[in-house]
Formats: sequence, C-alpha cells, structure tokens
Amino acid sequence: MAKLMQLKQDKRTQMVWFVALGVLILILPFLAGMLGQAWVRILNVTLLYVMLALGLNVVVGVAGLLDLGYVAFYAVGAYTWSLLASAHFNLHYPFWVLLPLGACLAALAGLMLGAPVLKLRGDYLAIVTLGFGEIVRILMNNFDKVGLPWSDETYNITNGPRGITGIDGLNLFGLDLRKGLDVSGFNVSGFNVSGLQLYYFVFLAFAILSVIGVYRLQHSRLGRAWQALREDEIAAKAMGINTRNIKLAAFGFGALTGGLAGGLFASMQGFVSPESFGLLESIMILAMVVLGGMGHIPGVILGAVLLSAMPEVIRYAADENVQQKIFGVVLIAPEVLRNLIFSLALILIMLFKPQGLWPSPEKK
Amino acid sequence: MADMLFTAEGVTKRFGGVTALDNVSMQIPRGSIFGLIGPNGAGKTTFFNTLTGLYQVDEGKFLFDGKPLNVKAPHEVAQVGIARTFQNIRLFGEMTVLENVMVGRHVRTKAGAFGAIFRTPSARREEAEIEQRAHELLAYIDLSKRAGDKSRTLAYGEQRRLEIARALATDPKMVALDEPAAGMNATETVTLRTLIERIANDGTTVMLIEHDMRLVMNVCQHIVVLDYGKKIADGTPSQIQKDPAVIKAYLGGAHAEVGAKA
Ligand SMILES: Nc1ncnc2c1ncn2[C@@H]1O[C@H](COP(=O)(O)OP(=O)(O)OP(=O)(O)O)[C@@H](O)[C@H]1O
Ligand SMILES: [Mg+2]
Repeated sequence: MAKLMQLKQDKRTQMVWFVALGVLILILPFLAGMLGQAWVRILNVTLLYVMLALGLNVVVGVAGLLDLGYVAFYAVGAYTWSLLASAHFNLHYPFWVLLPLGACLAALAGLMLGAPVLKLRGDYLAIVTLGFGEIVRILMNNFDKVGLPWSDETYNITNGPRGITGIDGLNLFGLDLRKGLDVSGFNVSGFNVSGLQLYYFVFLAFAILSVIGVYRLQHSRLGRAWQALREDEIAAKAMGINTRNIKLAAFGFGALTGGLAGGLFASMQGFVSPESFGLLESIMILAMVVLGGMGHIPGVILGAVLLSAMPEVIRYAADENVQQKIFGVVLIAPEVLRNLIFSLALILIMLFKPQGLWPSPEKK
Repeated sequence: MADMLFTAEGVTKRFGGVTALDNVSMQIPRGSIFGLIGPNGAGKTTFFNTLTGLYQVDEGKFLFDGKPLNVKAPHEVAQVGIARTFQNIRLFGEMTVLENVMVGRHVRTKAGAFGAIFRTPSARREEAEIEQRAHELLAYIDLSKRAGDKSRTLAYGEQRRLEIARALATDPKMVALDEPAAGMNATETVTLRTLIERIANDGTTVMLIEHDMRLVMNVCQHIVVLDYGKKIADGTPSQIQKDPAVIKAYLGGAHAEVGAKA
C-alpha cells in the first residue's frame, strides 16, 4: 500500500515537472526577448539543431551508420527554399510546396548517398559520407557558372559563394512571420510578438513533430531492424532483415528531417550561402548525437540544446568586460577563450561520460 | 523413404587452397534431430554458412522442402524457413532480451515506416502480436524474468538460449544450432537438451552442431561426421560410435574419443 502511494507520488511529481517544463518552453522566447532578439534567434537555431540531431540520430545512433556529411541534406532543404522563394529566379512558391519538396529532395539525396555505400561500414563509410558533404558544398559554391557543352552561355544557379539573399519568409495564413505580430489591437498595449518569436513557435511545432516521428520509428518493426543492423549485421541478415533496404530507409529518413530543417532555416534567415554547410557543421551535429547519448532521444535533444547554446553562453561569459571585471585586464581574446572552453567541455564530457550525457537506460 | 525436409548434394566449398567442404551430401528427415559433428576445423560451421547464404557454394546444391534452395542473399533464407544460431554468440547486445526475440518476427511481419509514424490500426495490431509472440517464446525458454534487460547482461547459457528463441521467432521449418552447449555447465546442458527435444516435438526440425558427445548421442536420431571437409560417416548414434573412421578421426585430432564421452 505504501508502495502504491509512493508510485502515485512519483507519477504526480513527474506530472508537475512535465507541466513546468512545458510552460517554460512556451514562455522561453519572451524571456529571451527581454534580453534581446539575438537570444530568440539562438533559441530558434537550437530548435533547428534539435531537428538535425534527431535526424542524424536515426542514421548514426539507431542504425549505426556513421555519417560525416549530414549537413548536405540541410543544405539541400535550405537551397530548395532559397531558389524557389526568392528574387533570384523571381519564384515565390508557398511553404506548403517548398517544405515537403525540400524534404523529399533531401531524402532523394540521402538515397543517392546510401546506394553506393551499402557495403561500407565504420571508417570507410565515414570517409565517403564526408566526401559527399563536401561535394554538395562545392557544387553550391560553383554552380554560379554552369555551362552546357553545346553553348557558350553560362547559367547562374546558386549564385556561388555570394549566396542567395532576399529569401521569402514563412507566410502562414497571410501573415508574413518575419514581420511579427502586433497584438496591441487587443488592448495589450505595448506587447508585440516579434517575427523571431513567431518563428520560435513554428520551429517548436516541427521539432515536436520530429520527436514524435523519430520516437515512433525507433520503436517500430523498422526501428528494431535498424538497431539489429547496428548491433550485428550478420545476425540481422540471418533474421531475414533486408539490410540493403533498411540502410536506404535510414539514410532517407535522416535526410528528410535535415531537409525540412534546412527549409525552415532559409525561411528565417533570409540569406543562405555555402559557408553555412561546411564539414564543421556536420561534425557539430554528430557531436550533439554522440555527447547526448546515441540512439536515446532525450539524450540527443539534450546534446543539441547544450552544444548549440553552450558556445553562445560562453561567448557571453568570455566577454572582454567580464574578464576586465574579474582580472582587471583582458587575458585571452574572447574568441580564443570561447573555443578553448568549448573544446575542454567536450573532452571532459567524453572522459567522464563516454556513453553520452544521457544514454539509454540499462533496464526497460 | 522418409519425408526429407533438407537435402545437400555434393556440396563443395573452397577458401583459396583450403577445401572446407568436399563433396558433402546429406539428408535430413522432417521433424528429426540431426547431428553434424567432427573435429575442429572439419567444416561444420562452413556448412551452416553456405546453407544460410553467408557463403556461396562452389559446387553442389541444396534442396529444402522439396524445392531447390536458391538463395542470393542471406536474408532470403529466413523467409524460406531456415533459422540459425551462431557458434560465437551474435545477439543484439544493446537491445533488450524481449526486443531480440521481436526482431526475429521481422520476417513474418510487414509494417513499414508509414504504419510506424502514423500508428495505423494494422501496424498497432501487428506490433501487439509481435510482442505477445515474443513473450511466449521467452516463456518457452524460461527467460521471461529478464525480458526488459539488455541482452548483453545475460549469463552465457542464457544468451545461447535467447539465440534459440530468436531463431524460433522466425517460424522456421528447420533450426540450425551451432554448438549451443559450448560454455554451458552440466545443469544448463540438461536444460538445453530438454529444450531441443521440445522444439523437435513441436514440429521444427533441428540440425545440431555440437562437440558435447553425450548430448549429441543422446538427442540425435541421425548423425553425419565431417573430417577435413569430407563426410566420413553417416548413421544412427550407435553406428557412429562404432565406426572405425570416426574413432580414428577423433583420436587423431585433439579430441576425446567419441565412444568414451558418450
Ligand atoms: N571465411 C573463411 N576464409 C578462409 N577459410 C575459412 C573461412 N571459414 C572457414 N575457413 C576454413 O575452413 C575450415 C573449416 O572451418 P569451420 O569453421 O567450418 O570448422 P568447424 O568444423 O566449424 O570447426 P569448429 O569445431 O572449430 O567450430 C577451416 O580450415 C577454416 O580455417
Ligand atoms: Mg564451427
């Protein structure tokens, strides 16, 4: 009886925490807004990283396929949006065309990457995927002068390293999200919801959908097959699992999520260039998955939140003024100190929590 | 002639200079427990690997359930109705005991990504069936208590039994067990023996590779002996124990005499 009471108590405290977390997530953009809109942007980017980390987690964490070129899919989504909703080609498709299209094109790119690497594992797979990521970035860099063999004319597709500017924002029910929402008409004078805060809620919705989608996939027949593949490919085959198909599915689903995040990124940023999609970005997303806890969704989310927020917080903490206050002088250049602390933090986490900060539990 | 579930005809497999299987033929009656024995390196595991599609044969062929066994990829073998365990245990270590068995149901189920993401009624029903069947199989091998633990935390003997349950989950017509008693103590081996007999009684043909002669001689109705890739004997346990070629093969090798251990 006492045990039952205890259990009820646990359930109740769990509920309280859950609700508190929910409320915090909902008011977070307004709290951040008090510090400045830059902080809201950091929150939004964090949500995109949550999506990216979840997508990569399907490939690396669940299916065990090391992918060092994941950012390529983010790029495909972002460029799909940028090219078809900007002044560049003077096309302005709506989001409900562009987001699914970007996600599907990214998934297609995922299959294109997946098909030739079916027989590769571990380090070899990592090298090829790394190359793939670089190829996509280099294509974007150089597709500003695409020539055809039968003519001297060149076509500017991606605008090269200068990137694409003047990208349309997300337009929901006739409301351009970037313009924000003026609710003073409702007698809440002086209270405005900024464009970035509106984006926050859209990104939050997509992030939650990604969590649900990835969770359900992971806990399904397909998800178990992925895990079996990760644990022992030969045994998985002996169980009748067509490892070729499920590998392609893993690459495809991972890429789909990345492509979706890419489209959202372009719609908020209004500007994309190949610079945003380098190898370092892929490694960063991989670090989120590994440091958080491979294959464990709460861990992956934690990893994404920590690693995307940490550099910004350190940026603030390592500020010249702060150093001035404590030491009287600026000892280390803030940018150097930031990278130093960040790297140190990563090393410490891996030393003391090799399974990640929040790995999947031993018992279910 | 009895109803044959499985037939191998003149199977040959070479690895460079080594002929691991040399013109091996055998027939396994439906519903029987069939032993495949021989000294270390005789080619027993290689035989399993060719029959389960891990390797392609160089010569010869297999017949299964009256049809030629034409497997191009290992995953097709489970579909046909052959499941196996591995000499060096190959469980899905980070998955739970229950999930390991659930993976075995993969080949008999069909829910895809759409069903998973949208939790369609048919996918949910199938998932419930998978889980229930997996629980039944865990009860069958007496491992229900550990259902929620990661499979790598199991004791050695338990891991071997779990591999058998996972194989049975594919609804096989024949299970091929590669040294299931290896590393087991005497009590565990007795439990294993009961399990093997129960599997055969329940209608699944068992093919058994084993070095534990007491187990093999007690449980098998029919035995084939391999040595250096060649079949040197084929018969009932009592015939095998008396066979001079078998005794010579075992005495010549590092192994104990067949008769003495049985
Ligand atoms: N993949 C391979 N490549 C090269 N040689 C192999 C391969 N697999 C097996 N062999 C060789 O084939 C022969 C038969 O090996 P196999 O593993 O089938 O023996 P076994 O009867 O299972 O022995 P044990 O009782 O030790 O398990 C050995 O000489 C082995 O070295
Ligand atoms: Mg062997």
